[in-house]
Amino acid sequence: MAETLTAPLTAKDFATDQEVRWCPGCGDYSILAQVQKVMPTLGIPRENIVIISGIGCSSRFPYYMNTYGMHSIHGRATAVASGLKASRPELSVWIVTGDGDSLSIGGNHTIHLLRRNFDVNILLFNNQIYGLTKGQYSPTSEENKVTKSTPFGSIDHPFNPLALAMGADATFVARTMDRDPKHLQAMLLRTNQHKGASFLEIYQNCNIFNDGAFETFTEKSSKAQETLFLEQGKPLRFGAANDKGLKLDGFNPKVINLDEGHSADDLWIHDEKDIYKAQILTRIFDDPKMEGHLPRPFGVFYEADRPCYEEVMALQIEDAKARKAADLDKLLRGNEVWTIA
Amino acid sequence: MIRKQEVLNDVVIKFAGDSGDGMQLTGTQFTNNTALLGIDLSTFPDFPAEIRAPLGTLPGVSGFQLRFSSDRVYTPGDACDVLVAMNAAALKVNLTAIKKGGKIIVNTDGFDSKNLRLANYPEGENPLENDSLSNYEVIKMDVTKMTREALKEFSMGMKEKDRAKNMFVLGFLYWMYGRDMDNTLTFLKDKFGKKQDIFDSNVKVLQAGYNYGDTTEAFGTTYKVEKAKMQAGSYRSMMGNQAISYGLIAASQKSGLPLFLGSYPITPASDILHELARHKNFGVRTFQAEDEIAAITSAIGAAYGGSLGVTTTSGPGMALKAEAMGLAVMLEIPLIIIDVQRGGPSTGLPTKTEQSDLLQAYYGRNGECPMPVVSASTPADCFDAVYEAVRISVQHMTPVIFLSDGYIANGAEPWKFPKAEDLPPIHLKFKTELGDGEEKLQPYLRDEKLARPWAIPGTPGLEHRIGGLEKQNVTGNISYEPENHQLMVKIRQEKVDKIANYIAEQKIDNGPEKGKILVLGWGSTYGAIKSAVAELLAQGHPVAHAHLRHVRPFPKNLGDIIKNYDKVLIPEINNGQLIKIIRDVYFVDAKGYNKIMGIPITKTELVEVIKEML
Ligand SMILES: Cc1ncc(C[n+]2csc(CCOP(=O)(O)OP(=O)(O)O)c2C)c(N)n1
Ligand code: SF4
Ligand SMILES: [Mg+2]
Repeated sequence: MAETLTAPLTAKDFATDQEVRWCPGCGDYSILAQVQKVMPTLGIPRENIVIISGIGCSSRFPYYMNTYGMHSIHGRATAVASGLKASRPELSVWIVTGDGDSLSIGGNHTIHLLRRNFDVNILLFNNQIYGLTKGQYSPTSEENKVTKSTPFGSIDHPFNPLALAMGADATFVARTMDRDPKHLQAMLLRTNQHKGASFLEIYQNCNIFNDGAFETFTEKSSKAQETLFLEQGKPLRFGAANDKGLKLDGFNPKVINLDEGHSADDLWIHDEKDIYKAQILTRIFDDPKMEGHLPRPFGVFYEADRPCYEEVMALQIEDAKARKAADLDKLLRGNEVWTIA
Repeated sequence: MIRKQEVLNDVVIKFAGDSGDGMQLTGTQFTNNTALLGIDLSTFPDFPAEIRAPLGTLPGVSGFQLRFSSDRVYTPGDACDVLVAMNAAALKVNLTAIKKGGKIIVNTDGFDSKNLRLANYPEGENPLENDSLSNYEVIKMDVTKMTREALKEFSMGMKEKDRAKNMFVLGFLYWMYGRDMDNTLTFLKDKFGKKQDIFDSNVKVLQAGYNYGDTTEAFGTTYKVEKAKMQAGSYRSMMGNQAISYGLIAASQKSGLPLFLGSYPITPASDILHELARHKNFGVRTFQAEDEIAAITSAIGAAYGGSLGVTTTSGPGMALKAEAMGLAVMLEIPLIIIDVQRGGPSTGLPTKTEQSDLLQAYYGRNGECPMPVVSASTPADCFDAVYEAVRISVQHMTPVIFLSDGYIANGAEPWKFPKAEDLPPIHLKFKTELGDGEEKLQPYLRDEKLARPWAIPGTPGLEHRIGGLEKQNVTGNISYEPENHQLMVKIRQEKVDKIANYIAEQKIDNGPEKGKILVLGWGSTYGAIKSAVAELLAQGHPVAHAHLRHVRPFPKNLGDIIKNYDKVLIPEINNGQLIKIIRDVYFVDAKGYNKIMGIPITKTELVEVIKEML
């Protein structure tokens, strides 16, 4: 439609005529709203945006976005996206996936995409449960979790998704939550800005099968105490009065109270480019019920520059073309030919 | 010395040795040399399953069979006229495959007590020293010793020197068949040009082998096979996997679609990945994925983006790709799935051939999930057949399964290669804008072939969503309506069935249009059936041969053809797969002949089988 070409796009332009079918109150709504808000600000023509998902509640996402999209099969969105990005580097490719989709059935493709560093954006909707199949535990569910498939409590030890991403040499690792629209938008922007595979974990409430899984981090009453928002170049501070911080004691992060003789200068200064510190940061993953636990960090943990797979692939092709013309007759003929009269 | 030269019509040579003896290379060199003379030929390499089975043992034997003739040949031959045995194990494994009175060229150094023991000969027994080979003409040469002798001026180590042994044998055979050695000299130059001493030593040993034949009085005769009477034109030697690769590149060039291959290595399909990876100058993108599922789904992603998406594998990989094939069927997107079949189930017989997966290709997916199936019947036929598979896929908006097998993959034959401009065009159009009165794209609006539009990301105004959930016809919206599902299942089937209107009618390859027996085949049984039927026709029997390229859908006239014969015989290298489908579709009481040994059916056995039915 002509007017959408001239007028700047709005969130509405990214909505579709399809009825959104998530349960009322599901965290996915907020994520959809923030993505629709952010998309028009990116300056990317709508036709160049492709959203690829796997299977799960979260993976319904593409149907609600007026871009190109594919709702693929369980666990394989990352692999579909790899092929698309490899062959069409100019497209803006977004992957929407769940904790089961990307870390259980599709775990293999996730780590391989990260190490190859395709320039794509992975939005991992982590609700620590299998939503679509009605509430079995997932690879991010906590130990002892009672679900339909674990009536006596889960004996699986969960993944720490960001530590896993670091282990797979991801070049952008970040965490945000559905209940903090501002932070979510900021993280979406950062995710998009990063050139390379961006891994954004979004804590998402499944109010039907795992309600309140992240409430310690999202509820007003506890959020300030229990979360730590990372900002580049700034000290790691948290607390209701912003009176606490993290300090590195050797390799060990320690909570200190700023009013007890410590100054802000003693604090760990966040540096997204520092791979060693990022590894420690992602390892801050304490159970909030645990005595003496550390706050859960949110924000960009790590960002690095590394050539993207599709770029290097394109370079190899350009290089090969420059060195050897694409002469089909020459190829078919080869160099050992005989002729029969 | 004046020697007799005898003219022969048809020769089968088998080169056999340890997998480290370089027999594949020797065979390939002799093959190319033969081809360049315009002699018709067919080859069959026979690899051990292990990369390096213990030296000198029976499982470690690697073979390369070559048949060449001044007549047209369609198989590598049932039995050998000449066996080259580099060691005792190679002799033992291949003894039954030599014709009575045939020649055995042995490397005597490979028959010392250690080699005899490794080949499980009883203590104290040496086949070269008793009369067990009295039915054959045995030519004994100490290849190892003569190779070392030829290289005595060279400073390289003994192990390095021994590596040139195969060149001695090759040189000797070049002498025996009156050849010049130019192609091998060029090959060695390309391969070792930068390592002068290795190049020199190989050439030296090659010449030593030639001279040995030439100067040794023991060998009175050389042999000559004349050019075959083949269609005029330019030829080259072609192997199956190479032909698939070239066919894909050609289809990519002619259709204008960039080629994307997603693949995970597996025998005997890996060579397609290797070959395509070399041709980046044609814009070919090869992606060695983390597994077969990523291989096919990445190809789906690329196809969605407007590439010619291809994935290559063998049986076990096909099993892993099944769910994604279903996605491609739902997306109604072009995709080529190549299965180079091998013995199964499970890991089965990785290096042996079998027509193992026809039923898997037909039925091996969840839901009603029809896909066209195209098969190749000879190494060179892979080129045309895969080109045809691409045409069907992009013009009918459907994934297509392409079946080859280990025998075709590694076999070679002369190929009258086409000119690029003579290749049929592959017409296709992306959808680039909304049609008259269209408010938004209708992704499942169909044309007369029932094909839907291919609208790729990056096209303004055609943004749309597709996926694996059932789609409403025309709009592509998710739909759980009972009537719609039935409609879509029927449409997807009809779309595949309709392809029969767009493919060539089935031809009788050889024999009368009506008669007593129709031998109906598909895939790599082509040569054996062709040769057997030709022999029976020459004897005056009313037998005919038809060979399928299109196994799904069948050509429209296949049913009529079948009715023209009293009996139908379907030989297959499996436990009876095509026969089930033919019986199901045409209600015909077809008979099967099934060999499931990981090796091809021979002409001789097939002649017997057909005769019994006459
Ligand atoms: C091959 C396959 N196996 C199993 C399923 C069933 N299944 C669908 S979604 C899902 C889990 C989804 O969990 P998650 O990825 O966390 O997504 P959520 O629904 O929580 O957003 C499962 C097991 C399937 N669709 N396909
Ligand atoms: S089941 Fe949970 S995740 Fe799925 S839509 Fe409902 S609330 Fe959301
Ligand atoms: Mg989940």
